[in-house]
Amino acid sequence: MSILSDIAAGLQKGEDDRVAELVRQALDENREAVTILNEGLIAGMRVVGEQFRVREIFLPDVLLAARAMYAGLGLLKPLLARDGIPTAGKVVIGSVQGDLHDIGKNLVGIMLAGAGFEVIDLGNDVAPHRFVDEARDRGASVIGLSALLTTTMPVMKDVVDLVRSQGLHGKVRVIVGGAPVSDAWARQIGADAYGYDAASAVERIRTLAGAQA
Amino acid sequence: MKLLLERLRAGEVLVGDGAWGTMLMARGLRPGESPEGLNLTRPEVLEEIATQYLEAGADLITTNTFGASPARLRQFGLDGRTEAINRAAVEAVRRAAQSRAYVSASVGPTGHLLKPYGDADPVDIAAGFERQIRSLAEAGADLICIETMTDLTEAVLAVRAVRAVADNLPVMATMTFDKTRRGYFTVMGVSVEQAVQGLIDAGADVLGSNCGHGSETMVEIAREFRARSPRPIAIQPNAGLPGHRGGVLVYPETPEFMAQQARELLAAGVAIIGGCCGTTPEHVRALRRVVG
Repeated sequence: MSILSDIAAGLQKGEDDRVAELVRQALDENREAVTILNEGLIAGMRVVGEQFRVREIFLPDVLLAARAMYAGLGLLKPLLARDGIPTAGKVVIGSVQGDLHDIGKNLVGIMLAGAGFEVIDLGNDVAPHRFVDEARDRGASVIGLSALLTTTMPVMKDVVDLVRSQGLHGKVRVIVGGAPVSDAWARQIGADAYGYDAASAVERIRTLAGAQA
Repeated sequence: MKLLLERLRAGEVLVGDGAWGTMLMARGLRPGESPEGLNLTRPEVLEEIATQYLEAGADLITTNTFGASPARLRQFGLDGRTEAINRAAVEAVRRAAQSRAYVSASVGPTGHLLKPYGDADPVDIAAGFERQIRSLAEAGADLICIETMTDLTEAVLAVRAVRAVADNLPVMATMTFDKTRRGYFTVMGVSVEQAVQGLIDAGADVLGSNCGHGSETMVEIAREFRARSPRPIAIQPNAGLPGHRGGVLVYPETPEFMAQQARELLAAGVAIIGGCCGTTPEHVRALRRVVG
């Protein structure tokens, strides 16, 4: 097995120290940061995401894998920036105002980071204007909104409306997700996409980010 | 009023109530506002909802305390009011129910992941549950209803908290499961079998599932519990998954549909049938007719 597949395997097992050590070793062997990212970390997280999607593994396994991924990513980030490697896109995410649940949103953040995106995580209980301000100021092309509660879902529409009233429609796309959220809901409030789960959210965001001018 | 557990042991089937969140929204709860904050500011609204469920035929009426653990109230700056918020909720349901229905005191997840997966310290989480549950018990709750749990460790902490501070009260504990190729598991990876074992060991009297699914899927989950648990089973489905029509949330399952599925739940040996998200007094009325 190559060191890159060792990194992917260690990540899947949630071995953060080992992943960090292997990433350092790969860099010492003069492998490029972008290769380690793509064929080690991203490849590993792809498997983790797929296994979680079909519930062969569960949230605790994903969280441990994520810790390992961030251990490796932390080492690579400065090098990727130095080499001018573009990310897969920039995404602002958060749980909407009044919603204090962040487990699902964190999961999407993990999967996005694991797919090579730059993630700006605003946390939970985020006011509509903050999503829009951050996206505009930091040049993000996608806003990801999470809500677990039927009582907070309507706030998603406020964000969609604000994107339009600020003239950002078409420049900043909005994707929504969370347990009570559905595709029909996304269409009815005028969001650009719906993510059924973290894995599908990443796929939809890839399409949305790629659709930017 | 006869003791709850005696009635269940005698084979009686009881009807729970329906959703509170959607009822509160229809009465002016604003998106993003703390639903439990209303316990202090508009207790008459709680009493009115409880009365509706009572008149619909519910034997158990839930308190508006799902998010009234200090860990969750803190996020609204309300943790200093934990005792008052929990007490007000029990008292409002009691005023409506008198001795005609049980006051079922809701305790939901804290929303924090326990170590090592998150930052929450189990000692703090347990202390928070004890604080909430002590308030609920002192205010006169008839049972503690621990619900929508996905982490067995957290659910066990909540059940044990009841045993620690209100040992005389019955405990109902229900978890939320996902369907997978290998059967039903919570998102944290807890199987029905593990849930049954862990919750019984911790001291739960009634076990089951709430939320996450409409009533059809819940029939399958009920059968899983029946096959594995000697204790009475509680099942509280959503009215399906919500859509949206003209600016309001719409849940697809009609009271008639849910009543049909309730027959299957009865056949599966369920002891408490109620509703979760999206269910209304009409759903409860339909359940009442089926249960008799």
